Amino acid sequence: MKHIVIIGGGIAGIETASALTDAGHWVTVIEKEAQVGGKLNNWSYLFPDFTPVDKIKSVLQEKCSEKDFSILHQTEVSSIHRKNGKFNIEISGEHQLEADAVVVATGYELFDARRKEEYGYKIYDHVITSADLEQLLLPNGDLTVAAGENPKRIAFVHCVGSRDEKSGNHYCSKVCCITGVKQAIELRKRLPEAEIYCFYMDLRMYGKRFEELYREAQEKYDIEFIRGRLSEASEKIDKSLLIKAEDTLSGRPLKMNIDLLVLLVGMEAGKGTASAAASCGIGCEDSGFLKTADSFLKSNFSEQEGIFLAGSCTAPMSVNDTILHARSAAQEVNNWLLRR
Amino acid sequence: MRREGKIQVWQDYQKEIADDHYFYVRSCIRQNFFPGAEQTFLKILRSELNKDIYENPHHTSCSGIGYHSDIVPFDTIQTVVARQFALMTEAGYQNLAVSCITSFGIYNEIIETWKEFPAELEKVRNFLKTATGREFEIPQNVSHASDIVYKFRHRITDKAKHKLVNQQTGKPLKIVEHIGCHYSKMFPSKGVGGAEFPHVLVGMIESWGGEVVDYPERRHCCGFGFRQYLVMSNRGYSVSNSKKKFESMAPYKPDAIVSNCPGCPMFLDRWQYVIEEMEGKTYGENGQGIPVLTYEEMAGLVLGYNPWDMGLQMHQTNVEPLLDKMGIQYDPDLKYAGKDGKIIGNPMMVGCGC
Repeated sequence: MKHIVIIGGGIAGIETASALTDAGHWVTVIEKEAQVGGKLNNWSYLFPDFTPVDKIKSVLQEKCSEKDFSILHQTEVSSIHRKNGKFNIEISGEHQLEADAVVVATGYELFDARRKEEYGYKIYDHVITSADLEQLLLPNGDLTVAAGENPKRIAFVHCVGSRDEKSGNHYCSKVCCITGVKQAIELRKRLPEAEIYCFYMDLRMYGKRFEELYREAQEKYDIEFIRGRLSEASEKIDKSLLIKAEDTLSGRPLKMNIDLLVLLVGMEAGKGTASAAASCGIGCEDSGFLKTADSFLKSNFSEQEGIFLAGSCTAPMSVNDTILHARSAAQEVNNWLLRR
Repeated sequence: MRREGKIQVWQDYQKEIADDHYFYVRSCIRQNFFPGAEQTFLKILRSELNKDIYENPHHTSCSGIGYHSDIVPFDTIQTVVARQFALMTEAGYQNLAVSCITSFGIYNEIIETWKEFPAELEKVRNFLKTATGREFEIPQNVSHASDIVYKFRHRITDKAKHKLVNQQTGKPLKIVEHIGCHYSKMFPSKGVGGAEFPHVLVGMIESWGGEVVDYPERRHCCGFGFRQYLVMSNRGYSVSNSKKKFESMAPYKPDAIVSNCPGCPMFLDRWQYVIEEMEGKTYGENGQGIPVLTYEEMAGLVLGYNPWDMGLQMHQTNVEPLLDKMGIQYDPDLKYAGKDGKIIGNPMMVGCGC
């Protein structure tokens, strides 16, 4: 029986583990946190159909408990070395694992919105990120702002930390546009009287039912979309916010008072990705995400034979795309092991 | 407003500020606008901090205002800057201390240009050599004069005669800080605290007992903006920019405004007077204006310098309300006295809030 070690117990890691276990392999998942699920744990409802995250999480949990693979929680990988066709994986606690193949499924980090200082995240009281809002959108979430009232005017800013020279992230994070549309609709349902604005550069509705949801947001839910990025936000004496932008369709500067500002934060490669990749001989893209051996035909292969890649450690991905990428990773690992 | 968030930003943007041996380059306009500010800076460095600071009377305008107005070509300003550096090199100095924010931006822009495009540096070396026979080294450290006061702010606190505290109420004075745009908006890493939440003036104000006012239009232009003022037909635009700031800061009831730029204190000071004349509106307490200081003048008041020796009578918004709050003794009869004590005559127009 071949042993496969999977680094990361998020959606990609668990999905890959499940498929490889079904294929008859011995699988060990290394997860740095106490629970599996990764960034999925930050979200409440998924685009484009508002599926509760708990539904996906419970499927992952089922796979963890019913399938015969082991998970090493709160464990991190120190190094990976290849010797005699096997991988020696040193993990925290000075233990070692030996594997025939390794799957890297370390996922992504959310962009730290503090780096866009002009928006005042963690400085102004009513500037939050899309991840923060997701928690507030749960049924018991408290949306009230200053004076204990619900916000009357809310603005979303798209592309925070994506396609952005200042933060050094030139790539598109793919999922933020539709996340903004989804969250704006959810806010509208909770706050029917509020004015809701989305400030965007362009809206990239690439997925199934995304464009329809965007249209619905405008026609049915009266969300206003303004093409222009914010230049700055400032806090007023009553804790409400003054935002400045340019409406690039009308070609005019715009100033607006709002009660809540939501920053749609993008995805970044994890902090330790570059050094970890270098230590096991695999490369990174300019974006910081892990490099695949071929964009078209080998999107699950790293540059190092026997080390495979699954999910958003390779590029920003939706939950759907991550599941598909993980399943294809499992198939590629299985095929590779059979060929050996 | 969460202070810990600002502290994180301040920690992210710290810069190296030379400790001693400065070659000082003055501003071409500050000596008209605030004639005692630069002299106060030199006095503080030499007499209070025992620092070596040298200035060469042959240094010229950096020509930055002409450059930003599109009448001085880039090759020309690079060569003018190279000449300043040649004077510094000849005097044996390596640390440039810049009085003006426009110049500070110019020096940084040109040094960065030379780093990115070494051919420009070689070209300028040839221009300078051909025109003047001079050679130069690029400064090892470029600090704005406000960086230097910031660096030694705690030593100034140790020598303070007055605090930025209202002597009647015991409460910190509320101070609006305004950073010149070219201090850190061009190169955030060149300014203490970066561009969005600069710390250079905040550090001084808080060290000397005051409280900083963070108001919605804090980042907005003072109204100078070169062409807004230099072109006469645009001056209405200039005053409207300043007015926007006054309207935004007024609800916080600031006791003073402090700035580190030549143009900003000039316009924030002058336009208060103009708005009072035009609309009868003032933004301070009791029909008075909000006094506007340069950071050197603020440091000088803290150190107990005579306000009239520092030229505060040249301000168009009267500073007396601030002096009274700080408990500073002054002789109103000597406000317009010359250095020999003789009255040189009152101005034809009285200041804002009189």
